[in-house]
Amino acid sequence: MLATPHGIDRYLELIHPMLAIREQRGIVTGVHRTTPDTITLRIRPSRAWRGFTAGQHVRVSVTVDGVRRTRCYSPASSQHARGFELTVKASGLVSSWLRENARPGLVLDLSPAEGDFTLPATRPDKLLLISGGSGITPVMSMLRTLTDEGHTGEVVFLHYATDEAHVPCLDTLRATGHRLVLAHTAAGSGHFTEAHLRAAAPWFAEATTYLCGPPGLMAGVTAVFDQLGIADRLRTEDFRPSTPADPGAVGRITFSRSGRTCDNTGRSLLEQAESAGLRPEHGCRMGICLSCTRRKTAGTVRDLRSGELNDEDDTEVQLCVSVPVGTVSIDL
Amino acid sequence: MSGKRLTPEELDRLGAELDALRQRVVDDLGQADRDYLLTVVRTQRALEVAGRGLLFLGFFPPAWLAGVAALSASKILDNMEIGHNVMHGQYDWMRDPALNSRTFEWDTVAPAANWKHSHNYVHHTFTNVLGKDRDIGYGILRIDPEQRWHPYYLGNPVYAFLLMVFFQWGVMLHDLEVERLVSGEKRWAETAGVRRLMWRKGLRQAVKDYVLFPALSGPLFVSTLAGNATANLARNVWAFAIIFCGHFPSGVASFTEEETAGESRGRWYHRQLLGSANITGSALFHVLTGNLSHQIEHHLFPDLPARRYPMIAPQVRDICARYGLPYNTGGLARQLGSVVGKLVRYALPDRWWGGTSGPTRGTVGSGRGPRAA
Repeated sequence: MLATPHGIDRYLELIHPMLAIREQRGIVTGVHRTTPDTITLRIRPSRAWRGFTAGQHVRVSVTVDGVRRTRCYSPASSQHARGFELTVKASGLVSSWLRENARPGLVLDLSPAEGDFTLPATRPDKLLLISGGSGITPVMSMLRTLTDEGHTGEVVFLHYATDEAHVPCLDTLRATGHRLVLAHTAAGSGHFTEAHLRAAAPWFAEATTYLCGPPGLMAGVTAVFDQLGIADRLRTEDFRPSTPADPGAVGRITFSRSGRTCDNTGRSLLEQAESAGLRPEHGCRMGICLSCTRRKTAGTVRDLRSGELNDEDDTEVQLCVSVPVGTVSIDL
Repeated sequence: MSGKRLTPEELDRLGAELDALRQRVVDDLGQADRDYLLTVVRTQRALEVAGRGLLFLGFFPPAWLAGVAALSASKILDNMEIGHNVMHGQYDWMRDPALNSRTFEWDTVAPAANWKHSHNYVHHTFTNVLGKDRDIGYGILRIDPEQRWHPYYLGNPVYAFLLMVFFQWGVMLHDLEVERLVSGEKRWAETAGVRRLMWRKGLRQAVKDYVLFPALSGPLFVSTLAGNATANLARNVWAFAIIFCGHFPSGVASFTEEETAGESRGRWYHRQLLGSANITGSALFHVLTGNLSHQIEHHLFPDLPARRYPMIAPQVRDICARYGLPYNTGGLARQLGSVVGKLVRYALPDRWWGGTSGPTRGTVGSGRGPRAA
């Protein structure tokens, strides 16, 4: 009440950003270059942080040239450890920025951990963990969590990487004591085949399998499980690549809050929402009053004034001056 | 005063030039703008903490005075350079949830949500259009000769003085749209939504400034209460003076609904140019006005960060010169003096002043020609 209307955090964070009470933040306490193209950040979260479950992901925000940019990462460490580790591969705006700028003392904005790619509360006796490239992080977290819990069941970790130098935290993985199978796509083993599966874990049909990796690996493994009719034993985490912008008025508009959808006619989102029977709040209809600003959860829009494309998920757009390019989801 | 009439083609070119100017600024936005705003925010929060702290030493008169000065400056920065501008969405491109137009609240009794509707939408879209822009006289004053005189307006200078003293409450109550309630256009029940927000925000602000902080200072209750009230008063007077200089000095044009029906982007810019006035002053003065001393630039580009207005002002002035348009600017004393003159003059029936003299009307496209000022 004394700090109304800004709230106490807006004062505390001026002393130090980590003092904020309600904001979930994390301070970088260590930076390790684990492979030629990845870095691993050790993070100590602020008081508001409520932890994560192995396999979940966190939205991490940093400020790049004045603009807050966000990207999802799955912590790679055990859920029982103090703090957590992020392994960041330098591709994309946020990851490249982190690779250049992450130093101890850097403060990151965090979202609560989310996602249901997690182990069941009763740990399965037989577990097969499959990952490829930077998809290693959620399953590595599972493996390290199980190790901390003294899990006695059978666990096999099958990982695909260009070569050994491209596997982050290899020593940590070896130290878990679980069976580790590394497939080097650049060398002999090549990309995923059913034979790999049988060699690594002959009992995989009775096990629970967790899979995260690039689209090729996901498709290959899913096909084998479908063929054998054991698709229900496979849990996957989609690393959804950003959909390329379709040209112009194609695709569908989803208004997620109201549950309505319509075909994209190429007019402004405000007009299309109104045609779909919605009555969104609005004012000037020319982009100055911001009454119609809403969150775009997915897809690309073009700004009618500048022609600029916006393809970042979870950004705010002005409905009256934004035209959907292809399929778009709006929180309306 | 309102310059030469422009052909539709000239208006289109004017619009394209101003659009291009806007785009150049948008392309250049970045870390420097964020750093500037964060510096202002830090300064404001530091002044606020210092001001409230010093009032705990209010038994010592210099501490009381310094406390009131710091708290006044804090409220002025909070409302003008931070609140008004952030709530315009000027910094939404930063995607910072704490400095976003949808979430920000300011240190004044008017709730952000109500104000954004009447200000960002109604006032900035229909600037100086009689019958549409409720900021012409705020529904209680006669500031334009086209507002028909009524004996009620004899009290014009008194109403203006009271509005100045209680400005934050005036801004809050503005959203009730009292004049439309009186005329029967709007029913009382329709104000339920804005009234609920007013109660909540007004109560919180009043309890903070007039109960909690005075109570915390124990024996200095009355001293702190007086300090907080003085800081609110100082902010009220300052904000009133700056805001009244934005659209009310002589030479500023007003428009009719017919003139502005279906106007092009160029005409909209043209109307914003003719309907606003700047105030000259030092760099610190501009910051303390929230850069509303560049009301012309603000009305052309309400969603550009205000620190950019002084930087683009020479270019806007150059455009005005090339199109033969007036660029209304002057010192605070001159602009304010002209506003006070109008408040007094329009309190009286027009015939006392020899007919309808006064500010000019716009010369929008095929509209009527300018009247001599």
